[in-house]
Amino acid sequence: MRRTTIGRSVAALSALAMLAACSTDESLDEPATESAEEGADDGGEGSEDGGEEAEGDSDEWFDQADYDEQFEQRSATFEGDPEQPWMQYIDGDMTDTSDYASEGAKKVCFSNASIDNPWRQTGWITMNQQLEVLQEDGVISEMETRDAQADDNTQIADIDYFISEGNCDAFVISPNSTAALTPAVERACDTGLPVVVFDRGVETDCPTTFIHPIGGYAWGIDTAEFLSENLEEGDKVVALRILPGVDVLEHRWAAAEQIFDENGIEAVDYFTGADPAEIKNILADELATGEVQGVWMDAGDGAVAAIEAFEDAGQDYPVMTGEDEMSFLRKWEDTGLTGLAPVYSNFQWRTPLLAVEQIFAGEEVPTEWVLPQVPITEDERADFLEANDGMPDGHYAKFGGEDLPGYPDVWQERIIP
Amino acid sequence: MTTADATTIRGTTLPMSEGGTLGRLGRALRTPGGAVFVLVAVLLICVIVANPNFGEPGSLIRFIGRTAPIAIAAMGQYFVIVSGEFDLSMGSVVTMQVVLAGNFIGQDESRVLPVMLLMVVLGALVGVVNGLATTLLKVPSFIVTLGTMLALSGLVLYLTGGAATGNPVDSFRQIGRGGIEGVLVLEVIPYPAIILLVLAVAAVWLMRRPFGRTLVAVGDNPQAVHLSGSATWGLKTRAFILSSLAATVAGIILVGYAGVHPSVGQGYEFTAITAVVVGGVVLGGGRGWVLSAAAGAFALELLFTLLNFVGVASTWRDTVQGVIIIVAVAVGARAWQGGRRRRSAEPTTPGAEPRHTGTPTTPPDPGTT
Amino acid sequence: MNALARLRPTHLTSTGIVYLVLVLVLVLGAVITAAAGRNFFSTGNISAILTGTSILGFIAIGQTLVILAGSLDLSVPYVASLASLLGGVTMAGQTCNIPLAVITALGVAALIGLVSGLVVAYLHVHGFIATLGMGLILSGYLGTNFKGSAGSAPRDFRLIGALNIGPVPLSTIIMLVCAVLVILLLRRTRVGHHLYAVGGSKDVARLSGVRTQPPIVLAHVLCSVLAGMAGLLLLARLSVGSPTIGTQGGYDLMSIAAVVLGGTVLAGGKGNILGTLGGVAIFAVMDNVMGVMQLNAFLQDVVRGLVIVLAVAVYARRNADLRPARFDRSRAPRHTPAPTTAGSAA
Repeated sequence: MRRTTIGRSVAALSALAMLAACSTDESLDEPATESAEEGADDGGEGSEDGGEEAEGDSDEWFDQADYDEQFEQRSATFEGDPEQPWMQYIDGDMTDTSDYASEGAKKVCFSNASIDNPWRQTGWITMNQQLEVLQEDGVISEMETRDAQADDNTQIADIDYFISEGNCDAFVISPNSTAALTPAVERACDTGLPVVVFDRGVETDCPTTFIHPIGGYAWGIDTAEFLSENLEEGDKVVALRILPGVDVLEHRWAAAEQIFDENGIEAVDYFTGADPAEIKNILADELATGEVQGVWMDAGDGAVAAIEAFEDAGQDYPVMTGEDEMSFLRKWEDTGLTGLAPVYSNFQWRTPLLAVEQIFAGEEVPTEWVLPQVPITEDERADFLEANDGMPDGHYAKFGGEDLPGYPDVWQERIIP
Repeated sequence: MTTADATTIRGTTLPMSEGGTLGRLGRALRTPGGAVFVLVAVLLICVIVANPNFGEPGSLIRFIGRTAPIAIAAMGQYFVIVSGEFDLSMGSVVTMQVVLAGNFIGQDESRVLPVMLLMVVLGALVGVVNGLATTLLKVPSFIVTLGTMLALSGLVLYLTGGAATGNPVDSFRQIGRGGIEGVLVLEVIPYPAIILLVLAVAAVWLMRRPFGRTLVAVGDNPQAVHLSGSATWGLKTRAFILSSLAATVAGIILVGYAGVHPSVGQGYEFTAITAVVVGGVVLGGGRGWVLSAAAGAFALELLFTLLNFVGVASTWRDTVQGVIIIVAVAVGARAWQGGRRRRSAEPTTPGAEPRHTGTPTTPPDPGTT
Repeated sequence: MNALARLRPTHLTSTGIVYLVLVLVLVLGAVITAAAGRNFFSTGNISAILTGTSILGFIAIGQTLVILAGSLDLSVPYVASLASLLGGVTMAGQTCNIPLAVITALGVAALIGLVSGLVVAYLHVHGFIATLGMGLILSGYLGTNFKGSAGSAPRDFRLIGALNIGPVPLSTIIMLVCAVLVILLLRRTRVGHHLYAVGGSKDVARLSGVRTQPPIVLAHVLCSVLAGMAGLLLLARLSVGSPTIGTQGGYDLMSIAAVVLGGTVLAGGKGNILGTLGGVAIFAVMDNVMGVMQLNAFLQDVVRGLVIVLAVAVYARRNADLRPARFDRSRAPRHTPAPTTAGSAA
């Protein structure tokens, strides 16, 4: 019985798969099908796709070319006003947007991956403040937002919904993951409307502009180089990672691991789920086994718990990299440890709507809009602490919203729309 | 076939709840509820072999301190499970309490007591809601507490803007972080360890009271308890209140130990349920000892520590955990099964069929409720 | 609603109530959507709702089977992730690899279900723990071997996720075909009847001469296979396999919630697939409406939590009230357990 049922289901699915394969030609006129076809063609032609798949299969998650590029970009010169880092970019290809130039307030459809961590929440608050300004200026009439709650499948549905039901003038998309969202973003591009992608990227260059800080490799390079400089060969670093399988986080670790390797630093990595209790247990066990000279984090959540683990064990503070989250900056100052706050520029949440403004004004925008991503060093720490006095612990120092109308209340109260 | 057998089974497998002489202890170790203590001992030896420093009294007491919150949560979950229900809202309650402490106490020491009172009241309230929805609305507790889990965590995150305010005043955090200093041999006795001890004694006492005995009976055979005139809804609701209060205590300790973060408490419900089951308590109710649940929590934490010490690759940890949990519970289940086999062996004769099919009051199998 | 059900208890089955609730949700949804200046019944919106049902639908159908058998499956998200990866890597963008990939993915899924089922049925480990452990085992495997998305689905395979027949996505149709097959299995086959019997009371089933283990193992195998199909469908939608796609959707708890929302008794033995589909549809409509309202993501969880409890409360209470009567009525036919259990359940 069991066998026949399984057999039946398998047969049913294969049959339907075949059926689908056979019915392709009749349904080519449907838009969804067209885009699927286009996507498939891309996959067929582009040898890059194949290369990345191979990496996913093997134990490596490391792209030397990306690594080298981001290594260079760390010291690149940025165009634009340094007082407004969210408008800065590295000189490169520009997208001509003169076709989009038009009068009147536009409707923006924003497909958000999630607001499930303090970094995204802070950015989301900033984005809404930026929206208010642009609404008052008559650039944007409304922004319809769909939150995918960190699910690729939901986000694909969200984008498809916007395409068919949204009456959008422009799409802003913050993808939940890179490869999975590519077909949906391509479908959005096929509408002919401007598409702005930010934060995590997609494997297509169809968007009008793709806005992001330098990237995960740069994070890994900054942090691992800092630790390597301040530690000696043979020292031990505990690497606290949130969870496996997320490409943006894997990049940070891939770069760092490489550099630790080169410098003879012994690095042990753990997955913590960003849970401070878990972080503390891990470090307590590590400290019970032997000395730990350094702590590396792929995101600053829970950095305080990591430092407290050293206090509770009565051991010297480690050399440590956290993030520009206020909790870490404050604890860093209190303890006086040797540290660095890498930054995954939170102010990038302002840029997409400003890019929409430029696009409808017909001004050209960078095709790949690389924003500055500069870590906060010990020397600059005091300035950022002062500038963000009164902000909650989950706030990010480089949020870049000081000139927006709700400052500082909305960030202090953390009013999430 | 049920009532008589159930009593005999109870008589032979749960002598520990009756008191503890050495002979009884020996027999007890052969039950799943007792076997977990052997498991804890074995794991402890493994951990000490892997890292001799761990065997020092100071390290051990610290380990007990850090395991206290999950052990307390497991004891709370025990009350619910032994009465035949689930409490999935536990993790959200922990998160809620942690965030409340962070937001409401802040740096104001005078607020510590009122806010703690508020936390206890809210904790109890969650328990009441879970309990009444399960018993009076007849919604399965798995669903009720899944609902409270979603609703509570969503509400807390919404109201606090992602729960990012920051840690409360240090004196409050001392409950979870500090201890009595300068103790001989141990150096320090962490407060969580003391809280755990007090609550464990209280839980054992409670389980010997009529409340505890009836609670187990409810899990074993709700109809029988109902017919005997006890109000099952009141009993179960109290079990849910105890569970939420245990989560509250765990939350108070975790604020100190770990600090405020929305991911504190995440997954606590599953860890607590696993601990309870590893402790030999049967899902579906009616069997198990409250201290075994706490011991289950220690077994789990020792396992995690062992994985840390042995240096299992980070990505393979989950797998090792999964295998060990299944094996531990399978071994435990065999022990229960050994007790049951006698009764299930006889009626396989086909002739027995018609007589038994007419028993509509057969209690659900413990594994399925 | 509750009062209505009490007035005419014989006329409304719990499935009937599920669909009544669904109609209520649909009406509410249409009103709210209209208030937001949208058309709820437009092709695009209906297609969006149906797409929302298909993946949870596959998993919930499987979950119904294990729950009917008195077990649970918490490993479904990991099975789905693994299936999407195995499928994607095996296909490697080539149409000719599709059959092999589908067989590999579903075969491995079946094997996982077989192991879980054997552990539950023969080692007497509660389904909760057995599948929680199985989920952890798979999660470790996924984390070790896949650091991100991998593989790629050829265009022909992606069409399953992209094709619409009218407003109805092909994926939904496949899901419904699976549902029909499973309904036939439950109603028309001996093992289906045994599944109800075992879930209702293992002891009674055993005393009636039913071997209790095979139905439990079968339920786990089918549940895993269906989770594998959900994984393949996700692969078709995403075009790549993903190690986190199952956990992203929270399919373990949501599928259980959908099953119970559909009127299946969590303790096992009573319930049916039609109700589950209704439960899944309620979730999909709810999500759609909350999306149109642009409700804060955190508040969406609050609403979901409340709806799950309240909706189940509507008929759970009624079921409980009626239970003695049901036992009385079903006492006589129980002598020949197979056809009537199915009858009362369907």
